[in-house]
Amino acid sequence: MAAVTQQPAPGSAGPVNLREPAGWRRTKNGLMTGLMWLAFLIVLVPLVLVLYTVVSKGAAAINWQFLSSPTIPPNIMPLGSGGMGPAVVGTLEITGFAALIAIPVGVLGAVYLNEYGGNGILAKVIAFMSDVMTGVPSIVMGLFIYTIWTLQFGYSGMGGSFALACLMLPVVIRSSYEMLRLVPNSLREGSYALGASKARVILTVVLPSAVGGIVSGALLAVARAAGETAPLLFTILTVEQTNSNLFSGANTALSTQIFANATSPYVGAEQRAWGAALTLIAITFILMIVARIVTARFTRYSH
Amino acid sequence: MTQTGPAATAGPSPLTERRGFGDRGFQALALIAGLLVLVVLVLIAVSTAQQSVSWFSTSGLNGIFSTHWDPASNRFGAMAFVYGTVISSVIAIIIAVPISIGVSLLLTQVVPGKIARPIVYVIDLLAVVPSVVWGLWGILVLAPWLQGIYGSISSGVNGIPVLDSLFGGPSTDGSSFFTAGIVLAIMVTPIITSLAREVIATVPAIDKEGAYALGATRWEMIRGAVWPHSQGGVVGAVLVGFGRAMGETMAAALVIGASAQVTSHLFYTGYSIPAVIANQFGEAAGTMRSALIGLGLFLFAITIVINLVARGIVERSARRARGA
Repeated sequence: MAAVTQQPAPGSAGPVNLREPAGWRRTKNGLMTGLMWLAFLIVLVPLVLVLYTVVSKGAAAINWQFLSSPTIPPNIMPLGSGGMGPAVVGTLEITGFAALIAIPVGVLGAVYLNEYGGNGILAKVIAFMSDVMTGVPSIVMGLFIYTIWTLQFGYSGMGGSFALACLMLPVVIRSSYEMLRLVPNSLREGSYALGASKARVILTVVLPSAVGGIVSGALLAVARAAGETAPLLFTILTVEQTNSNLFSGANTALSTQIFANATSPYVGAEQRAWGAALTLIAITFILMIVARIVTARFTRYSH
Repeated sequence: MTQTGPAATAGPSPLTERRGFGDRGFQALALIAGLLVLVVLVLIAVSTAQQSVSWFSTSGLNGIFSTHWDPASNRFGAMAFVYGTVISSVIAIIIAVPISIGVSLLLTQVVPGKIARPIVYVIDLLAVVPSVVWGLWGILVLAPWLQGIYGSISSGVNGIPVLDSLFGGPSTDGSSFFTAGIVLAIMVTPIITSLAREVIATVPAIDKEGAYALGATRWEMIRGAVWPHSQGGVVGAVLVGFGRAMGETMAAALVIGASAQVTSHLFYTGYSIPAVIANQFGEAAGTMRSALIGLGLFLFAITIVINLVARGIVERSARRARGA
């Protein structure tokens, strides 16, 4: 490759190859590029290991009975009796209700930030604090809902939904806000020119044209929330029987069951934990894939 | 930042006077939704403070700032948990930062966008794996495997002054400050990478081209043009990651070993604030429950401060990059 490899000393005659840095400079450049690839490979290792373990151990536990059985057996029971049905129902109900709360509120909040707040100080503070709120530990959200809700109204799936909704809210606000910013102003001005009111412009022009990005951002937030454990520990407790009533009585979820089973000395409990882990990862991955499809099919404006 | 006010309906026009009830109602709804963020943050502080009053009044400052946690004899000192939280998070950051910066440089400076996109997906997958699954894998797969490695490191450093007190044995079952640090490092890598990537992407192309025009290699260009420009923002990204590591609950609860002790030995079992809340809140009552809620309040306060500082740094460096 390099015709000239020695470093040309200042003042020396002869052709200087500007394209090819010489000697140790090139070596160092190559070394550093190699280290960057190495960093990526290091990241891959735990991901591949955890997915391999969860899939290989979880697949052995999962069958239709595991997913649908209405009773979680005691830890001492071997695999094959009962399953994680109550936890599957709990996770879907609790996460679904949390999404029902957090997505409309979050999108409305983003509408305020982008459409009404403008450059005002309040909008800036809210946008900044919602970024800060994404850093609030999930266990603190659990304690918060415990103190203001569970202490008064007792354990229920709804308490867990509230805690998850608090976690999702800033994420939904942030992602929807980014999407609303991409909607070109000419669309808004066009509809104002037709005499539409501001609410009408937002509801019928701005939001529909950003819906793809908003939905996919919201789905990613839901996927993250579905795997959360800490906010549920003291708000829903755990039960062994399916409790399909979200609004009263203790409930259970896949994540809390994994935590409860992880430290059990019994093989059956451990196997059920792996099965629950695979089910949970499958749920989050499905949500993520749906989000990608929505992004690909319905995004009109992007960066 | 001049195009954000979309409805530049300047001045009082007949149209604004005819704003109907529904129109104003919708605006009010949007405002309430936005304010909810602030309301929730204030409510978290107020409600947890209220519940932790009895801890403060019965234990006193000396009680709180001790390392003695013994619910049976009503001693609720917090410092062993603070220590464990800080140590495991520092280990996590030491591991995660070089890797995250390496990957974000790879994504922004080395590979073309077509290859960068799948790599981003892969990094995002790390963030989607639920924390309790990392914990399950940590306690059942990683910790038993690390136990053997810890053993050989411990016997290797036996008798060497500083190293012995850091890495000396014996570790019990692979659960330790260090194991928690490793698992936390895996979990914070995606967030540090994505924030650092955002910051690094704001480096103006003209700076980079200038460096290349002077004959710099890619690494020299990164050192000379990219790094000075994005240093501050990367520090912010690292702080956000540190806040995440401190508040991460389930993985730490499962792999840190659950014993409240302060020791320089990184391979010994320890405890962290979120882990003790998760493990003991269920059976807690009275002052103990109040103490655990107080620990939650403390964690909330620390993470809020860290995030305020970090987001401030990131925001400021992004604004500078835009040339404002």
